[in-house]
Amino acid sequence: MATPESSSAPAMEIHKKCEAGNLERTVFNHILWVYSENLHDGMRALWSFKVECDMGEARIRCRGFVYRRVEIKQDPCTMAQPLVKKDDDRDEEGSLWAGIIFFKLKLDYSPFLGIEKGAVLQEARVLMTLSWMQGDVRRAKRSRRSDSDVVTVSLSLSLSLSLSLSAIQMHITPVRFEATEVFFAVTKLFQSRDIGLRRMVYLMIKELSPCADEVIIVTSSLMKDMNSRTDMYRANAIRVLCRITDGTLLTQIERYLKQAIVDKNPVVASAALVSGIHLLQTTPEIVKRWSNEVQEAVQSRAALVQFHALALLHQIRQNDRLAVSKLVTSLTKGSVRSPLAQCLLIRYTSQVIRESGVNTQTGDRPFYDYLEGCLRHKAEMVIFEAARAITELSNVTTRELTPAITVLQLFLSSSKPVLRFAAVRTLNKVAMTHPMAVTNCNIDMESLISDQNRSIATLAITTLLKTGNESSVDRLMKQITSFMSDIADEFKIVVVEAIRSLCLKFPLKYRSLMNFLSSILREEGGFEFKKAIVDSIVILIRDIPDAKESGLLHLCEFIEDCEFTYLSTQILHFLGNEGPKTSDPSKYIRYIYNRVILENATVRASAVSTLAKFGAMIDSLKPRIFVLLRRCLFDTDDEVRDRATLYLNTLGDGSVAETDKDVKEFLFGSLDVPLTNMETSLKNYIQDPTEEPFDINSVPKEVKSQPLAEKKAPGKKPTGLGAPPSAPTSTGDAYERLLSSIPEFASFGKLFKSSAPVELTEAETEYAVNVVKHIFDRHVVFQYNCTNTIPEQLLENVTVIVDASEAEEFSEVGTKPLRSLPYDTPAQTFVAFEKPEGVPAVGKFSNMLRFTVKEVDPSTGEAEDDGVEDEYQLEDFEVAAADYILKVGVSNFKNAWESMGPDSERIDEYGLGPRESLTEAVNAVINLLGLQPCEGTEVVPSNSRSHTCLLSGVYIGNVKVLVRLSFGIDGTKEVAMKLAVRSEDENVSDAIHEIVASG
Amino acid sequence: MGLLEETGTNKEINKIGSSPPSCEHKCYGCRPCEAIQEACPTIKNILLLDSEGKRVAVKYYSDEWPTNSAKLAFEKSIFTKTQKTNARTEAEITMLENNIIVYKFVQDLHFFVTGGDDENELILATVLQGFFDAVTLLLRNNVEQREALENLDLILLCLDEIVDGGIVLETDGSIIAGKVATHNMDDGAPLSEQLLYEIRIFLAFSAVES
Repeated sequence: MATPESSSAPAMEIHKKCEAGNLERTVFNHILWVYSENLHDGMRALWSFKVECDMGEARIRCRGFVYRRVEIKQDPCTMAQPLVKKDDDRDEEGSLWAGIIFFKLKLDYSPFLGIEKGAVLQEARVLMTLSWMQGDVRRAKRSRRSDSDVVTVSLSLSLSLSLSLSAIQMHITPVRFEATEVFFAVTKLFQSRDIGLRRMVYLMIKELSPCADEVIIVTSSLMKDMNSRTDMYRANAIRVLCRITDGTLLTQIERYLKQAIVDKNPVVASAALVSGIHLLQTTPEIVKRWSNEVQEAVQSRAALVQFHALALLHQIRQNDRLAVSKLVTSLTKGSVRSPLAQCLLIRYTSQVIRESGVNTQTGDRPFYDYLEGCLRHKAEMVIFEAARAITELSNVTTRELTPAITVLQLFLSSSKPVLRFAAVRTLNKVAMTHPMAVTNCNIDMESLISDQNRSIATLAITTLLKTGNESSVDRLMKQITSFMSDIADEFKIVVVEAIRSLCLKFPLKYRSLMNFLSSILREEGGFEFKKAIVDSIVILIRDIPDAKESGLLHLCEFIEDCEFTYLSTQILHFLGNEGPKTSDPSKYIRYIYNRVILENATVRASAVSTLAKFGAMIDSLKPRIFVLLRRCLFDTDDEVRDRATLYLNTLGDGSVAETDKDVKEFLFGSLDVPLTNMETSLKNYIQDPTEEPFDINSVPKEVKSQPLAEKKAPGKKPTGLGAPPSAPTSTGDAYERLLSSIPEFASFGKLFKSSAPVELTEAETEYAVNVVKHIFDRHVVFQYNCTNTIPEQLLENVTVIVDASEAEEFSEVGTKPLRSLPYDTPAQTFVAFEKPEGVPAVGKFSNMLRFTVKEVDPSTGEAEDDGVEDEYQLEDFEVAAADYILKVGVSNFKNAWESMGPDSERIDEYGLGPRESLTEAVNAVINLLGLQPCEGTEVVPSNSRSHTCLLSGVYIGNVKVLVRLSFGIDGTKEVAMKLAVRSEDENVSDAIHEIVASG
Repeated sequence: MGLLEETGTNKEINKIGSSPPSCEHKCYGCRPCEAIQEACPTIKNILLLDSEGKRVAVKYYSDEWPTNSAKLAFEKSIFTKTQKTNARTEAEITMLENNIIVYKFVQDLHFFVTGGDDENELILATVLQGFFDAVTLLLRNNVEQREALENLDLILLCLDEIVDGGIVLETDGSIIAGKVATHNMDDGAPLSEQLLYEIRIFLAFSAVES
């Protein structure tokens, strides 16, 4: 409840304001203000206002409203209406205010709250009243009342219009009639001569986006405005008209628009040009005819006209490369005035550069001088645009890059956050491709770690992590630790990911990086952040064997106090797989059993599974595990009890004795069928009531559209906990299980390597086929993954006829045809070959898909009985030497190299002929050998003339191989390579040389 | 269908820069077309929010936020993200959902300008500065919410003068304010007597039709 003091204060304020001038409007607005905040206070304010001041018109207006309000004493919604109907001059004015006050009331302080349909309708009525008022204004004029009255009315109208515009922005969608009502009410205000009010009317029309019928109503008014003497009218009328117009009307006004483009008033010219840019999207044929006028406007003295004209001219000609090139050539010589136009020109220039390429004779790039010149422009906007354009040039050289980096470096120490952000973001991008070029900025970058703006700080850190070398890691980590505590989770995740890749790059530094990860793991943070850290640790454990023990302990400590069930269960699962393989598995048991005591049922259940895995793997622990598992038999949750009982029995404590192999299979084997396939199969099984038990082998094992997914992410490992424990082995495991389930291939022994799928068909052909090459010691099995993409066909007896005439050492030993291949269900057929034992036999295979086609009625899904034999040519593929080499990395190449000893070393030099770049040569050799690049040496710093690349792997027969490649490139792009191989078997070293020599 | 419902489709016309340049195979099939940044600098929206993150005046030029609720959600997230920062002396900058946002706070008003993530940050900052200067001039240095609401018409006109359909119209605050602040009578302006007549005809026809 308001006290008398509080109500008199605003009144006094009003009093003061009134004296300041612009009297009536201020009075009115303040009453609105007071009133809208608190109804009661507002009433009091109005009353006191009436009592305390005697101000003629203003008082009368207040009275008009207050009297009504007091008399009616009803809901404001019904209030405005009866008032509107009164034809008395004074009352009408009062009602006007009442209407507006009511509207403001409905809006509840901010004009955007609590708006509803009724309010807009009400507003329309208010507007009707307002236009009525216009008549009143004319009457007033006749009776020679002062002009200031008229202005006041226009002002309040204008404000009222802006409120309704805000309402429309909220997308309150009245039924058709009401919208039209609003539109007409607004258009009636065309009768006012007030410029501001007219502008509001334009704005309303644009916001309402009238339909064609309504456009006609306002067209003539707008066209009159377009030809008026007032420039503001002309400019705005052009913009409105072009916004709401269609093609037919456009041809009518085209003449005026062309004139407007070359108008001497820059506002009018800009309005026409910008409208032209918009119209080009819908009616390009008309706008293209204005090219001469636009060209003239490009020469305009007004800065922004030049900018708009340039944008339009380029858009008109963007498909004509020669014209764009000419435009750029002429303008880069002249002086473009506006910084915006200059930025635009830089963008067009880099487009031309992209398309023309480097001048081969001199090695110079056309227009580079222009871009470099822009680096000395006085506007920062232009300098930055030019610097960015230079960094984005394709195959940019260090010489070209240097001036741009220097400019950006200056920006890094600017006092403006926007400038710092722009610079550090660009440098961050450069660091991905040219890390060496950015190292000069490292000192400035380090000072940005403590930047107030966290986006800048995070970008600086990630840039530093990309450019840093091994020696600077420790110092960097110290700085980041102080920074981590006060940034948001999303930034932390970015940092964690950058640290993960840094750690993979410098495996020797895993200790400090792992410590850092574990320390931030202990800090406060949301699920996503914690998950990112845990994922990173898991990846590091997987890729850096030395980091395993400490990583697992960090994870154990984390689950001691982890609030996220998901992360706990995932870590327990991971611990179950990795823990038993460590040197002292017993130390993990305490952490795991603590989960059984302390956590919720889900975590308890997965802790039981993890315990069982330890029991199965380590016999010495088995008795103690049994004790723990037996305690779980009394758990309150039945899932936990069930699991404990099950594991106790399988592990041999109970009556059911299983063989060791079966137990491990049961505990560690994963469901080797995709869950979606499993779900469909189970659904089908439930639908047909049958006595037969469900057979898991009937579930298709191929993941739908798998080749597509693999294409999307070439070489991208599944990351984190969600991925299988170890990507290469697990797909290998799946393949191995699949192959051993086929009796014909079961005798082939251990699978050495399975290749990535090789596509044998073009995308989107009738049948999609890819092949996976499985290498055994004495055999090779080709697994053809086939997908039928024609809904009207069913394929049966699908086989692949392989012609191995160009693979002499191979002889076919068996095939496994595919019985049936329905639409969109991938399935496999196999062909097996024998080859000499342990020899990396190579050869080329051509393939033909042979099958019986049956038509399928798409409506019923039933196939016809008769089929037709058919064949389908597939592409050839090769078994290459790389298929016999497993990619296995080593964490410390130097140690591994030295421990291998120089006896098995074979060194030779090769000429690789002319190559496009060193990177291309390095990648070619890596792909040829199929070895794992170590320590990030597969990345060639740009423009370097020489490079050393380290590779490691396992050759068939489980022979470790290490390779050191030294590349050099000369001026004519001739690449020479020195190849040094060390391996456990010198014959293998020779074999590697053989591969390179023949490749 | 309501007239206002059509705004969504009509707005399509106004979008620029978002579509890659249309390929008419002028490249002679030498390489696949890629969306390259050569378009005009584009502003996605300009927002003026109060100290609680509620709208004072907003204008969207991009159809990235098609519905009002999407717009409100964007405003809310941008407000919560920037709320604790100090953008009172210099304009600050941040990234949100692949957009770059430059912003500046004065008293209880928060000014935002949004652009795509490949936009030149300094152009966005220039637009923000232009908007801020113009509002300061129009509100006669009283840059606060109350004053802004009372002059909402001027602020909306100001937004209209800075950017048209995403393309920067003017960046100089004093010129923008000059264009907006002309609230005087213009006797030379054409008066549409004919308009009333046309409306009557239109209404009469629609009455007959129904």
